[in-house]
Amino acid sequence: MISIKNVSKWYGNFQVLTDCTTEVKKGEVVVVCGPSGSGKSTLIKTVNALEPFQKGDIIVDGISIADPKTNLPKLRSRVGMVFQHFELFPHLTITDNLAIAQQKVLGRTREEALDKGLKLLDRVGLKAHAAKFPGQLSGGQQQRVAIARALAMDPIVMLFDEPTSALDPEMVNEVLDVMVQLAQEGMTMMCVTHEMGFARKVASRVIFMDKGKIEEDCSKEEFFGQPRGERAQQFLSKILQH
Amino acid sequence: MNFDFAAVANSADFLWQGFQYSLSLTAFATCFGILFGTLLAMARLSSIKPLNMLASTYVNLFRSVPLLLVIFWFYILVPLISGVQVGAEKSAYITFAIFEAAYFCEIIRAGIQSIPKGQVAAGYAMGFTYGQNMRFVILPQAFRNVVPLLLTQTIILFQDTSLVYVVGATDLLGAASKVASRDYIPVEMYVSVAVIYFIVSFTLSRLVKRLHAKIAVIR
Amino acid sequence: MGQYQWNWAVIFEEVYGTGEYYYQWLITGLGWTVATALCAWVLALALGSLIGTLRTVPNKWLSGLATAYVELFRNIPLIVQLFLWFFVLPELLPKAAGNWMKQDMPMPEFITAAIGLGLFTSARVAEQVRTGIMTLSTGQKNAGLAMGFTLPQTYRYVLLPMAFRIIIPPLTSEFMNVFKNSAVALAIGLTELTFQMRQITGEYAPANPIEVMTIVSVIYLILAFSVNRLMALIERRTQVPGYISGGGK
Repeated sequence: MISIKNVSKWYGNFQVLTDCTTEVKKGEVVVVCGPSGSGKSTLIKTVNALEPFQKGDIIVDGISIADPKTNLPKLRSRVGMVFQHFELFPHLTITDNLAIAQQKVLGRTREEALDKGLKLLDRVGLKAHAAKFPGQLSGGQQQRVAIARALAMDPIVMLFDEPTSALDPEMVNEVLDVMVQLAQEGMTMMCVTHEMGFARKVASRVIFMDKGKIEEDCSKEEFFGQPRGERAQQFLSKILQH
Repeated sequence: MNFDFAAVANSADFLWQGFQYSLSLTAFATCFGILFGTLLAMARLSSIKPLNMLASTYVNLFRSVPLLLVIFWFYILVPLISGVQVGAEKSAYITFAIFEAAYFCEIIRAGIQSIPKGQVAAGYAMGFTYGQNMRFVILPQAFRNVVPLLLTQTIILFQDTSLVYVVGATDLLGAASKVASRDYIPVEMYVSVAVIYFIVSFTLSRLVKRLHAKIAVIR
Repeated sequence: MGQYQWNWAVIFEEVYGTGEYYYQWLITGLGWTVATALCAWVLALALGSLIGTLRTVPNKWLSGLATAYVELFRNIPLIVQLFLWFFVLPELLPKAAGNWMKQDMPMPEFITAAIGLGLFTSARVAEQVRTGIMTLSTGQKNAGLAMGFTLPQTYRYVLLPMAFRIIIPPLTSEFMNVFKNSAVALAIGLTELTFQMRQITGEYAPANPIEVMTIVSVIYLILAFSVNRLMALIERRTQVPGYISGGGK
């Protein structure tokens, strides 16, 4: 489904991604973790071309990202993305947040878009808030709406960029529950997250990044068991300490 | 089309005089405007009701009417009150100082308000009086925060001095227009004047931008 | 000052030998002021939004061109710009077009003033629009793109609606500035409010300038107040529930 091949990226002289190669197969849930500044958010943003890269290529569902002829908006409309800071559109109601891209990008009618959006809103447990604006919801609620908004586009894969790290602790679980459910239904997912409990529960594979390189890329059993690289060990012991 | 830009060079001395007047008007109005503007800002933020209202009225009044109108007011009023024909050039000094004070006041007020409450409290906690607190704690920080805005206002003020032309003063534009009608070279004169205004304003605004970046780094 | 003869009724007096009254002159002047300001404002909003948006696009050529536009119109005094449009442009154009501008263009003062003031103001509006867009986080732009919007769609549906709400307060003062700046058009002979005032106090009724100037000043105050209320109304109408102004994340 997603195939990342030798991707390198520089900001000026500073290299943020070094020769990254990995794959996400259909139905897989791949968790990407690593210390801050390791390039994991950058990597996931290259997958739908929100971050350009200078070397290598990424193939999503058979389409090359690096190819200048690729219709990026069309590709992005098939790749769902959930952001750290939710990024709901503050001037639109929850309903319109769910409907606008369906109408303007996929060309669905207002009725179809509303029907689909409200069903998904119900699924994340927020149907009662349909008429509200994003600013009137809590962080956890906003993030659940953001997931529903991405799902409304019928994506073939979902990207999560630290979806819980901007949330207050008591709201983390309501978002993770939705993600777990999604994973169990067989959605293909690539998640940048520090939530190791989530990884243990649903991940097919775990990727560990450090300093722009993919240091570990293995099954979750291997990752959480022995043996593994020293840096990953240090990282795990730090975040699992408490 | 034949344009005679050499004629512009011939009147360089006269233009230079006008330009000097524009600069001196700008400098005077800036200094006085900042001084008076600071007092106005303190008055606007004061808890003494009448003082506060007086300053607000002053500022809102001058910010709501065209500068041109104020120029006419003073042009006519100053001789009426003083009984002396002071002329357009001199009355403009008073006009601009008084008018610009209202604009400088608002910038300085924003600067004062940008100082965290904790700073004000810390000053009083040290035993400073209101005046000392303003003088040693608040105003130095406030000014540093708004230096770029004050300079930008000065650039606008420099451009606005061209309006004294309408009461017949010989600023840069006034000088140019007098030469333009004397030698019948309006195209050459107005283009030259536009270029001069542009170069001065653009250069200054570049400098302000660099200064702004520098201040941002220090902070 | 002691011998000043107050006469507030001066504006109801007839202009000697014309059959017109001073208050009629003031009303005509107000009409031109409002017409010029509104036309210039429409032009400034349209052009300023476009230029301000272009300043934020990734294309270096487009944003550079937009920046040059803003710098050009911001660094030359308005009165000089009006002179350039009115006295200089017709001389630079091909002869036929120049002659048409000088002889046949209808309402030359008004059209020059409205366009000149509009262009001048558009550079300032552009700066506000740019600031508004820059206030929004890059996350919003990314979210728009990630939904499959094209860049123009992202601006249309995501960035601009928020940017305009954020910049309503600075746009309010620009709108007020347009009314105030329209007075500068008297320099090219537009018979707007300040022009009429100068004419009355200068040549026709020099004995009572204070009364006339006071009345004109009050009219400008009322105009400024009306614009302020109108914009406050728009701000309230477009307010987004739960959104605390100032951008944030």
